Amino acid sequence: MSGVWIAVLVVGAATIALKAAGPVLAGGRELPQGSARVVGLLAPALLAALVATQAFAADEALVLDERAAGLAAGAVAIVLKAPLLVVVVVAATTAALLRLVA
Amino acid sequence: MPESRTARRFGPAGAGLRAVMPLLPAVLAFGVSFGVLAQAAGMGAVASIVMSMTTFAGSAQFAVVSVLGAGGTVAAAIGAAVLLNARYGPMALSAAHAFRGGRLRRLLEAQLLVDESWALAQRDGRFDRRVLLGAGAGLYLGWTSGTAIGVAAGDSLADPATLGLDAAFPALFLGLLAPLLRDRDARAAALAGAAIAICLTPITPAGIPVIAATAACLAGLRRPAAAPAPSYGQRPPAAQRSGGPEAKR
Repeated sequence: MSGVWIAVLVVGAATIALKAAGPVLAGGRELPQGSARVVGLLAPALLAALVATQAFAADEALVLDERAAGLAAGAVAIVLKAPLLVVVVVAATTAALLRLVA
Repeated sequence: MPESRTARRFGPAGAGLRAVMPLLPAVLAFGVSFGVLAQAAGMGAVASIVMSMTTFAGSAQFAVVSVLGAGGTVAAAIGAAVLLNARYGPMALSAAHAFRGGRLRRLLEAQLLVDESWALAQRDGRFDRRVLLGAGAGLYLGWTSGTAIGVAAGDSLADPATLGLDAAFPALFLGLLAPLLRDRDARAAALAGAAIAICLTPITPAGIPVIAATAACLAGLRRPAAAPAPSYGQRPPAAQRSGGPEAKR
């Protein structure tokens, strides 16, 4: 078997297991309230980390590029209570225009 | 909410599919670029498409292509990808209570969990599994068909970054985070999560910063389990101030 296929199959199996572990082992029942509180905060913590890394990380460096400007424009749209579609389009358009003039 | 009318007509899965529509052009474009890059790295058409169908996670797949394309070992490619996807462990755990049915069904449905579908399924502090499935199905179709198009088309297509599509994702996640920030503990967890991710980005391999940011949810430990939310006036101010540093532990 080629190295490529080994990588494809091992990464695929690992990802399937990572996604399934929680729902298969702990699915369908409510967590005790203390751990529910902690698990409930996974959402804001992970979302904020995704915002930070997707806007400011390039491999293993912090960068300030057109994505940050797009994010800032998107944040303005969020504050103005724009629908998610508008937020996403505003962010992408801002980044694209800046790259066009750069 | 504009989704509510859609939710009545098509159910939450339809609402999830509808909610993910604005993202599909970006997901399709990144699927295409994965297909193109995988061909350039010599992965082969079938392996590229099988990877999109089974792994179904952009960053990890790009990592495999870039490591193998740069002449890295298979072990290094696998290590980078598994690290990047490790965040799905805590993400799926946070949604686990919403899954229904037998083990096989939960295993299969959990495969539609990716960053975007998981984030869209956060509804008013609850996790809506049917939104996850609707949004995840749309993303799955976009990602796999994009990959197939990229594999077939080669490098004759535009780079998604030129269209600013890479800036769409952080803005989406911010838009989904914003309504959660009404809760004070959620604000503390979000701030700490972002701080951890930013601080670790320059010093750890990609993937680690997002995993480490999950430690921010320990901010939830400082609230007594039984206390319901609205008693804001009664909580001593000292307890609020201890939130930041404690959250980063």
